[in-house]
Amino acid sequence: MCLAIPGKIVDLVPEQAHLCTVEVAGVRRRVDLGLLQEDIPVPGDWVLIHVGFAMTKISEQDALEQMHLLSMLGEAEQAMQEIRGYGLEDGGAGVS
Amino acid sequence: MRYVDEFRDPELITKAADEIHRLADTGRHYRIMEVCGGHTHAIYRFGLKDVLPSNIELIHGPGCPVCVLPMGRIDDGLAVAKNAEVIFAAFGDMMRVPGTHGSPFEHKARGTDVRIVYSPADALQIARKNPDKHVMFFAIGFETTAPSTALTLMRARSEGIRNFSVFCNHVTIVPAIRAILDSPDMRLDAFIGPGHVSTVIGCRPYEWIARNEGKPVVTSGFEPLDLLQSIVMLLRQLRAGEAKVENQYKRVVPWEGNRAALKAMAEVFQLRPYFEWRGLGFISQSALKIRDEYAGWDAEQRFPIPGTRVTDPKAAQCGEVLKGVLKPAQCKLFGNECTPEHPIGALMVSSEGSCAAYYNYEHRKAAAMVTSISSVA
Repeated sequence: MCLAIPGKIVDLVPEQAHLCTVEVAGVRRRVDLGLLQEDIPVPGDWVLIHVGFAMTKISEQDALEQMHLLSMLGEAEQAMQEIRGYGLEDGGAGVS
Repeated sequence: MRYVDEFRDPELITKAADEIHRLADTGRHYRIMEVCGGHTHAIYRFGLKDVLPSNIELIHGPGCPVCVLPMGRIDDGLAVAKNAEVIFAAFGDMMRVPGTHGSPFEHKARGTDVRIVYSPADALQIARKNPDKHVMFFAIGFETTAPSTALTLMRARSEGIRNFSVFCNHVTIVPAIRAILDSPDMRLDAFIGPGHVSTVIGCRPYEWIARNEGKPVVTSGFEPLDLLQSIVMLLRQLRAGEAKVENQYKRVVPWEGNRAALKAMAEVFQLRPYFEWRGLGFISQSALKIRDEYAGWDAEQRFPIPGTRVTDPKAAQCGEVLKGVLKPAQCKLFGNECTPEHPIGALMVSSEGSCAAYYNYEHRKAAAMVTSISSVA
């Protein structure tokens, strides 16, 4: 749960200013930008994500290292499960 | 140390380890607490204890929000879930945590509508899509997670979504540290400060630990180099007789914290006068409660809550392990009645629990060694 997942902002959502689309290892999901209102990221920026909310901006280098760290911690699978789970009811198909 | 070659700057890792050996005064026994469960996990995973001199002891702190929640609160949440129209939504971490009558997963198997969500926003989405049901989000976590719950409640209120509530078990890290420092069982020299909690609260909230208690604090990242560098920084302070807060995790943690996150928390939450923590007892002003303005979204206002206090099974020593008084393997149930496969307490369930971390990295290793020795004999 201390899981902080690095992702790249690929799109903002025009009708909903607090949402954006991030991409994490090829998976795209909506993430909430409400905690970065004072320094809103733009497409191309990298952020650390925690429970579906972007927590802070980070450099691309640090994002790559963070992904590497997650796999070294054995948490990469869990991180991808979390990312895939965003925006889906029941946390994703087949989760029980 | 495991995986050291897989990280950037492996030479710096070796340098840091050497520096630690150089700085550690052989005549002294250092007790350094890492507060955050994520750090505990990293320390075990990377085998960091193997590179430290024997006179540096790492003590595991209570920074595991699943672990510190007393069983009675899980029972309370599941009591609400018994209502046919309620959908109980929680993070995956919560699903296998034992309640008196089973874990959330076990309740699900018996017909309760229990769903995993990976974000409080998704719990709210379930509410939007199921207007004839009530979604209760069982919220846990320290200050890393509380702002996201806060924002979700703000969105629920502004959209007028009435079939949604939060059962709030958010706790705050500083009072737990204070309780540990006040405890007569504990003598600590320094702290490795939380990584991600600090992205929200910043570094200032730890200043009293340095100023009033005279203990150095270094907020740390999670890579082996981060943790070793943090220990170097702590040892330097201890050698110089200094006590201040330093930030090793500058690339992620801003000194002043995240203002938008702190604002959202202040808007939605207030501090409970006191809250019970497993192992630490009742701690004042240590947990968050939903403000009256959001009472309509507070599960404790919407539903009758039994409020039963449940003590842990007598033989389980979860509390002492949480406080750092006992190491996981010193608990009588460790590895026998209590394993990750059949946990007695939450410390064996959560990835941030010290028992699970110890079991998965050290215990299995030791058991494998015993097996290989006895097969040769």
